[in-house]
Amino acid sequence: MKDMGTIAVFVIVVAAVALLSSSGVTLNFLMMALYAMLMAQAWNLLGGFGGQFSFGHALFFGSGAYVQAIAQLNGGINPWLALPLAVGAAAVVGAAIGALAFRYGLKGSYFALITLAFAEVFRILALSAPFTGGGVGLMLPLRRAASNLQFDSPRGYVLLALALVTLGLLVTAWLRRSRFGARLQAVRDNEDAAQALGIDPFRIKLVACVLSGAFMGAAGAFYVQVFQYIDPGIAFGPTTSIEALLGAIVGGMGTLWGPVLGALALQALSELTRNLFGALPGINMVIYGAVLVLIVMFMPRGIAGLGLSVRTAWKRRGGNDHG
Amino acid sequence: MYSFDILFPSLLNGLTTGAVYALVALGLTLIYGVLHIINFAHGAALMLAMYGVYLLRSRLGWDPYLSLPVMVAAMFAFGYALQRLIINRASHGKDENILLVTLGLAIVMENLALLTFSADTRSIDTAYTLSTVAIGPAMIALPKLIAFGGALAVAAVLLWVVRGTQLGRAIRAVAQEKQGAKLMGIDVEHAYAMSYGIGLACLGAAASFLLPAYYVNPQVGSGFVLVAFTIVVLGGMGSFSGALIGGFLIGVVESIGGLFLGDSLGQVGIYLIFIAVLLFRPRGLFGDRG
Amino acid sequence: MSNRRTFIQHSAAAAGALAFPSIGGAQPAAVKVGVLHPVTGALAFSGQQCREGAMLAIDDINKAGGIKAMGGARIEPLLGDAQSQPAAGAAEIEKMNEAGVAAVLGAYASAICLATTQVAAKYGLPHVVDVGVADQIVQRGLKNTFRFGPGYGVCAQIAVINLHVLNKAAGNPAKTVMIIHEESLFGTGTANLLARELPGYGFEVREIVKHANPTRDFNNIVLRMKALQPDIVIPANYYNEYALLVRTMRQQKVTPKAIYSVLGGAASSFKFVKEFPDSAEGIIDCNHWFNPKDARALALRKRVEAKGLFFTYEIFNTYTAMMFLADAIGRARSADRAAITAALAGSSFSDHFMPYGPTKMLDGQNTGAQPLMTQVQRGDIKVIVPREYRQVEPQFPMKA
Repeated sequence: MKDMGTIAVFVIVVAAVALLSSSGVTLNFLMMALYAMLMAQAWNLLGGFGGQFSFGHALFFGSGAYVQAIAQLNGGINPWLALPLAVGAAAVVGAAIGALAFRYGLKGSYFALITLAFAEVFRILALSAPFTGGGVGLMLPLRRAASNLQFDSPRGYVLLALALVTLGLLVTAWLRRSRFGARLQAVRDNEDAAQALGIDPFRIKLVACVLSGAFMGAAGAFYVQVFQYIDPGIAFGPTTSIEALLGAIVGGMGTLWGPVLGALALQALSELTRNLFGALPGINMVIYGAVLVLIVMFMPRGIAGLGLSVRTAWKRRGGNDHG
Repeated sequence: MYSFDILFPSLLNGLTTGAVYALVALGLTLIYGVLHIINFAHGAALMLAMYGVYLLRSRLGWDPYLSLPVMVAAMFAFGYALQRLIINRASHGKDENILLVTLGLAIVMENLALLTFSADTRSIDTAYTLSTVAIGPAMIALPKLIAFGGALAVAAVLLWVVRGTQLGRAIRAVAQEKQGAKLMGIDVEHAYAMSYGIGLACLGAAASFLLPAYYVNPQVGSGFVLVAFTIVVLGGMGSFSGALIGGFLIGVVESIGGLFLGDSLGQVGIYLIFIAVLLFRPRGLFGDRG
Repeated sequence: MSNRRTFIQHSAAAAGALAFPSIGGAQPAAVKVGVLHPVTGALAFSGQQCREGAMLAIDDINKAGGIKAMGGARIEPLLGDAQSQPAAGAAEIEKMNEAGVAAVLGAYASAICLATTQVAAKYGLPHVVDVGVADQIVQRGLKNTFRFGPGYGVCAQIAVINLHVLNKAAGNPAKTVMIIHEESLFGTGTANLLARELPGYGFEVREIVKHANPTRDFNNIVLRMKALQPDIVIPANYYNEYALLVRTMRQQKVTPKAIYSVLGGAASSFKFVKEFPDSAEGIIDCNHWFNPKDARALALRKRVEAKGLFFTYEIFNTYTAMMFLADAIGRARSADRAAITAALAGSSFSDHFMPYGPTKMLDGQNTGAQPLMTQVQRGDIKVIVPREYRQVEPQFPMKA
């Protein structure tokens, strides 16, 4: 399968860079880029393929993050074992919210807004709940060991993130080719028609929501292991939600490589602009925002969509069909 | 648990705070109702309007209420241009793109403000900023009472524009059926831009009423956006009376919720209402079906 | 506006240093120091003030001949923006490490400091914390982390003891307390400590109010204050909320016996006093403060105000923290990280205008560091406790 080929190339290239590079800056950039890719992929499953835009994806992020932290702090569980728990918790939240929202037929902006509302509710509750540490947040004790999922160099984190992103790629690829994926996209494109064909939109969308939540929860758990600190603002705040959807939309929704390209591009843009005019704080963000608008203006189908347009134009010229 | 002496003023506080929320939500509900876009740039636009009021006061000595007409006109022009020249062009009509464009614009506006005005919080001091009016056992801040009246006035004006003018009819037609309106000869682009402009013009009024009781810095808008969204949904997208009543309701819920649950946890009431409305009555209190 | 000019000047200086490296043996190589603060995002104001303090210190050191023990080597700042997010701060440390900085100064906010000190520790990069008051920062056993100023544990303790002393001296007029704090790390942590210490001195904590960041309206909270009538109101929050709270109290004519803040956002802020003199009058704060009897502090204040900036704690904390770092670099006689770390750990730096006395580092915390109690009297901020720094007699209770 062509997809498998490109995914394999991606994994090999990234792994090579990770293993060969000894630059902290490069490895850190790679780690943050992969982390952003993971979130974008998660969002893309529900938003790009499912057509359900979520403005509150931090809901799943925070659920995973807090479970990862609490399992270690209160339960004494090893972080590697806590990871599936965190992912599971996020998946459960995904199931609950998805069931609620889809049962009441929420679509479009209404769905987006309810996810936003739930993220805010969780944030506010986390500020007062006893087991989340409230506003003080939770801090993992520093103990660097691979067995403790805390690595000395970013390399370990890069490889872990790469594994998660690869999993995301495989799931996305499966979504593109499988019957389930076809049904999901049918529901996205025209829910009534899909229902007429005998598809159960509720079940399909729910599964997408669970998958999406699970991957986002993995991102949350990853964050906790990297920074050893989580608080309600980071866990459930709008910044995280926005980061997830930005990467997916800029990269191209409903595509395999869209989230990867989009997250990478935005991460690179962020790094480049951060200290560009270091003396004038704010200019970097003005440029970032302007570039965002320009990307949308000139690449309405995202970066991956650009590739598609180029290929279509090339084919139309009657040139060699490179497939 | 709480005496009347506490509950009554809390209720009035909620109404007056809610009035300010309503002022922000009125513009947002128009923009959503007509253009069907969730305007992420709304908070940043409010912030710019507040800087406008601040500058007119600090540089020219204008009283914030007197600068209201100027701010309304300026924000209208700004909104019209923004929609016509940028949002419309960039989004190619796709929902997710509009989202990104307004998000990008919000980032640009916030950081331009940071560059221009620096991060300092600015406040204005007028003769009446600390005045209060006694209503029973309550001492209501004068600027907030004026904001209450202002919200009612702005809502009334909006209702008149949309119901009683030709522009309003055009806007309503476009909101309901874009293609049909186009066939009728209505300039859809112009109607969209006018709607966006009016939506931001409301923020110009909101800024004049808000600044005496509050402050401005580049981040100030983000504190109002979520609440404004809640009110728009609660009241019914596109309904002005809904935004007004919804604003009052949310203000009161926040106030009373703060009394009983504490001010941090009390915020949860707002979002629980948000969720309940979305689930059980998505068209909101006064919205149209479908 | 002047902030922009200042930043252009700073960047020109930094750019100049980068563009023209030392030639031959004519001038010793400059020592690169990372200066990392959240200069954009929600914490932009404080971050920019911190950066200002750091740059003023670096300018002063270089003008006075650089690090004398290293043949007059200049300090070359590498500016970083933490963008009010821990992740961005961490990425900047990676950059600074790779750029070969000898040490890092930053990052104002506790949550950001937690992340930056950790990354720095991986590379043995000494990290001086300028403000970051959460005690967790220096309690993780990181050998590279040094905080020159006090943490909120010490501040809360001292605040409570001094409240007790002031109260006793006035005949114990005050008993009930209402704590109003912001909901995140700094506010919650401080409030928890206060709630634990106060009862031990006979104070009764009637209510603890937690509010959001930002809070759009304080009328409700002030309403409950009116009902509760606490003798003492203790706010622990940031500038905007503090200012709004105190203004609302004044508007609603609520006058407790004392407004007594601990690390109050606006309580000992020249900006607040200038803009709202009536509301600020009489407020007591336990906060970072300079030695009011040291001429150097007063001179620096004049310089800062001449630039159109306010002389806030971010500036003088970071200024003195940089001085502390420069002193350690001098005693290490090199830009070697291990040497600087050892020098920081063994530092006895006392040539500064903070009320800390000679520095004594214990597990990364300067045990000499202490906050001062100030009170706004007649439109100016004066130190009231401890006696050796006292400028005026405290007014306790507040004049109605």
